[in-house]
Amino acid sequence: MEDFELSEEQKMIRASIRDFAEGEIAPVAEELDEHEQFSVELTKKMGDIGLFGIFVNPEYGGSGLDYLSYIIAVEEVARIDGSQAATVAAGNSLGIGPLYYFGNQKQKEKWLPELCRGEKLASFGLTEPEAGSDASATKTTAKLENQQWIINGSKIFITNSSSPISSVCMVLAKTGKRTDGKDELSSILVPNGTPGFETKTMKKKLMWRSSDTGELYFDDCQVPEENLLGKRGEGFHQMMETLDNGRLAIAAMGLGGSQGAYELAMKYSKERHQFGVPISTFQVNAFKLADMATEIETARALLYKACRMKNAGLPFSKIAAMSKLYCSEVMGRVVDHAVQLHGGYGLMKEYAVERFYRDQKLLTIGEGTSEIQRLVISRHIGCHS
Amino acid sequence: MNIYVCIKQVPDTEAVLNIKEGKFINEENIKWIISPYDEIVLEFALQLKEKNSDFKVTLITVGPPRAESTIRSGLAMGAENAIHIEASDYLDHKTIAKALAQALKNEGDFGVIFTGKQAIDDDASLTHIYLAQSLEIPVVTNVIGFQMEAEKVIVEREIDQGAREKIEMSIPCVIAATKGINDVNEPRYATLMGIMKAKKIPIKKISIQDLGIEGATPTVTTEKLEAPPEKPSGRIIEGEVTESIKELVRLLKDEAKVL
Ligand SMILES: Cc1cc2nc3c(=O)[nH]c(=O)nc-3n(C[C@H](O)[C@H](O)[C@H](O)COP(=O)(O)OP(=O)(O)OC[C@H]3O[C@@H](n4cnc5c(N)ncnc54)[C@H](O)[C@@H]3O)c2cc1C
Repeated sequence: MEDFELSEEQKMIRASIRDFAEGEIAPVAEELDEHEQFSVELTKKMGDIGLFGIFVNPEYGGSGLDYLSYIIAVEEVARIDGSQAATVAAGNSLGIGPLYYFGNQKQKEKWLPELCRGEKLASFGLTEPEAGSDASATKTTAKLENQQWIINGSKIFITNSSSPISSVCMVLAKTGKRTDGKDELSSILVPNGTPGFETKTMKKKLMWRSSDTGELYFDDCQVPEENLLGKRGEGFHQMMETLDNGRLAIAAMGLGGSQGAYELAMKYSKERHQFGVPISTFQVNAFKLADMATEIETARALLYKACRMKNAGLPFSKIAAMSKLYCSEVMGRVVDHAVQLHGGYGLMKEYAVERFYRDQKLLTIGEGTSEIQRLVISRHIGCHS
Repeated sequence: MNIYVCIKQVPDTEAVLNIKEGKFINEENIKWIISPYDEIVLEFALQLKEKNSDFKVTLITVGPPRAESTIRSGLAMGAENAIHIEASDYLDHKTIAKALAQALKNEGDFGVIFTGKQAIDDDASLTHIYLAQSLEIPVVTNVIGFQMEAEKVIVEREIDQGAREKIEMSIPCVIAATKGINDVNEPRYATLMGIMKAKKIPIKKISIQDLGIEGATPTVTTEKLEAPPEKPSGRIIEGEVTESIKELVRLLKDEAKVL
């Protein structure tokens, strides 16, 4: 891998997270996946090395790094395990991110330090049974009465929301009607354990099996008025901004996952002999590996450009959608080739490539499906105007 | 107390080494790391510092400009200061030790100086001895146990057949540690915060010429470097089990001479 144009620190971050992922995550990844087990211990270890709050100011316990550094860190975790990368990506982009960018001083001081240490996890509750791709169709309501928000409704598929260390969920809810007749949406911080807030861990997942996914139920759940995140009515805007950032992290998972699956396929193809020669020497296989390597380099160039645009404060919504779309679909092609190159062994759990094959599928669905990314891109390039 | 940890940048243990001009290692595409024994003793020094708030850990290395990345890695682990004596590669051990000694003398107040028991590139195990000699202070090698009292250290070193020798010595001194010193077997991972902090620490750069150790004629020069002969491929002894075992024992005795 050519780390062209990365700073010394970024190279060191890659090296350090790579060592960590190989030393601490790789030995337990298969077992955690097999038992659908979220690991509090491993999450804490990821916190100790600094995987949470990467872009957060040290004042709140973060590392104060730029977005490219964050993305490289996610990439390196995903190179080894999709589930842990999910915990990190969602923990930062969906949990810490909105609190850091939209929270007030008091909220940040209260929640961020323990989130940055990896001792607690925050979640971002957007999706509902009836509101998936159309997230603004939120049905959950929050009514302000006697300085208390009274919340009713439910959420589904919420990452990091139901683990033993989940501390707070930012819930997108309807808080009234706007003057234009549309729903007014706002985000409200609901601490786990608040009466009337129940979580249920979703089991039997195909992928991300050791990442925590929860279903949330709100039944006259009350939280103080001050738990509003940012201003009333800013929920939709906050959601869009959070998803732009989140897409970079999902893209990093696609890129890192591709890299991991490609390396497994390369190693196996050189070791596996059939007809007296390594299978990597058959042109049909060598070309597959060549395609994989080429697509991975292209994906990396695109995603890093998106990060640099974000670092520079340029509009990056379009390129973030492109990166998410491309990196997740590249991983789809890479894992398909990688399993094919493993033959029958690639279908067995003893071979890590099997896990990569499963974990990939979420990436074209979560945080906006590939179709929704194409919709976003087509709007940006002016197809609809 | 000022603790110094001598570190050396070496090729990664998994690097494929090619020889250039019959004498040198081709440095192209080599990944460089901190020599693993140095990394362990650095970890140990950092743990000492965590227990003694008045300890300060300074890294010191002699090496070409590329050695800076190794220094940064050590700083990211938690060392507070670093000295980089810049020199072309391929100095002999005695010259390197003299440069280290002179730089330490210039610093003045040094306490315990840690090194790994050997660097994994040439495995010479010489630098720490020459260093102690130049500084006229005691040195112990293969150190597996380390305790500190007021003005002295008590160390245990590994000797033949797992036996241990216990030695008391005054400070300052040179301690060349082996893996497992006080049960330290794994270095810590550099944290992202540590990497950021390391970026801001100025590295003291000294040119080897400025140390006034010129005229030190190298005691060792490299004449020739060659790859070890390729291992012959394995052999399968065919035939009846009882017969083939006899043959195996004979080969182990007569040819391999391991029995
Ligand atoms: C493991 C996991 C973790 C998740 N984590 C979170 C989280 O932390 N927070 C959160 O809020 N959500 C989370 N989600 C939810 C995720 O974002 C949604 O599943 C996703 O947005 C799709 O919504 P849906 O599942 O309702 O599918 P639907 O919206 O019902 O889509 C079904 C199909 O229709 C297509 N489709 C829908 N609308 C259009 C259109 N306009 N044009 C073309 N095609 C269309 C879609 O592309 C898709 O192929 C998670 C999901 C999973 C599985």
